[in-house]
Amino acid sequence: MNPDLVNLNVSHWIWLNDQAVCSAQHLAEVSGLSVEEIDELIATRVIVPVDDTTIPPAFALRWVVTATTARRLRDDFELDRNGVSLALTLMQRIEDLEAQVGSLRAQLDIQGRHLG
Amino acid sequence: MKYKDYYQALGVERNATTTDIKKAYRKLAHMYHPDISKDPKGEEKFKEVAEAYATLKDDEKRKEYDDLGRRPAGQEFSAPPSWQQEFGARASEFDDVDLADILKSFRPGARGASRQQSRASMQVAGDDYSVNVDISLEKVYSGGETDVTVELPEYDAHGLPHRVPRTFRVTIPKGAAQGQRLRLAGKGGPGRNGGKAGDLYVVLNLAAHRLYRVSGHDLSLDLPLAPWEAALGATVEIPTPGGKVELTIKPGTSSGQRMRLGKRGLPLADGSTGDLYAVIQIAVPKPLSARDEALYRQLAEQTDFHPRAQLNREPS
Repeated sequence: MNPDLVNLNVSHWIWLNDQAVCSAQHLAEVSGLSVEEIDELIATRVIVPVDDTTIPPAFALRWVVTATTARRLRDDFELDRNGVSLALTLMQRIEDLEAQVGSLRAQLDIQGRHLG
Repeated sequence: MKYKDYYQALGVERNATTTDIKKAYRKLAHMYHPDISKDPKGEEKFKEVAEAYATLKDDEKRKEYDDLGRRPAGQEFSAPPSWQQEFGARASEFDDVDLADILKSFRPGARGASRQQSRASMQVAGDDYSVNVDISLEKVYSGGETDVTVELPEYDAHGLPHRVPRTFRVTIPKGAAQGQRLRLAGKGGPGRNGGKAGDLYVVLNLAAHRLYRVSGHDLSLDLPLAPWEAALGATVEIPTPGGKVELTIKPGTSSGQRMRLGKRGLPLADGSTGDLYAVIQIAVPKPLSARDEALYRQLAEQTDFHPRAQLNREPS
């Protein structure tokens, strides 16, 4: 048994996926952004609630990753709120395009192998 | 303690102005920031750059650093007497302390006794840490445990930060995906004087598999067939993450054709399952035995099949 091993109780870890939800306040606490900064990201649809009609809105836990990225960008590049929103919007668009390119490339790779 | 050359990390002269330092940092941050860089070593490089900038942008920390003198990067050096006095620790107790950790613990705007007092009373939140962990496709398919090791600072009785390896055993749920993150709340850097501990983020990286290519939750597998299996049809056994299955190959199957095996891919967190695609590759025996060669020659002589007939057709 590794002496450094820390066996964690299940309650200690949280998967940042679409299955569990949290509040805007939680996103702020975990990421280190202010509630106002989180509100700005929601207003610009960088962070999207599970259901637009629910009050207070709930957010999939995967948005924790976006919120912490926003905080890193703010701190590391000294960006203002608009800059952070713009950077994240463009980064998400790039990620979507990369996923499409990856999928198309996988198909081309298969065809290439066939032709090769 | 090992010396780090922060000026070299930022590519500036030792007499660079704060503006020059900021400019150099921004240029390098654009190149290596882990959120925007595709360089596999970008994160490591950015850490060096950010660490250098954190010290050199602050006049007081920069002076503290400059007072260490100029040394080759990586050279061992003893903590200066002022640091030993401030922490009430012997020089040897600084041996495994990281230079960045010690400089980070110096609060701006305070020196000597007032800095000591500030360090002893000010609430400081711990840093967040992130670690990438490679997991096998089999683990994603079935779920399972994996150990994650990360070096985290721990403060001794003098308040000196020492990096200590910590291993956490985490459960990978069925349906985890490439790049998915796990948050271990309060398991990052420790807070001080009642400050909140940071979090530890574990980022899953799906390791390359010898058989399957992964696209989301779908898998592709190259399926080699003998020419006669492709021509005549066959029933072949193929591996899937869930075990072997029999696949019926229709007569006249061509190379490159994709055959979909529904729900034989990777599971999703919502309980559904991706698909497995078997990509047909027609393989020929190499080298040909004398008997195989004779059989192929016989086939070539007797067949009416012209695979390139359409290439020679006149345009209509």
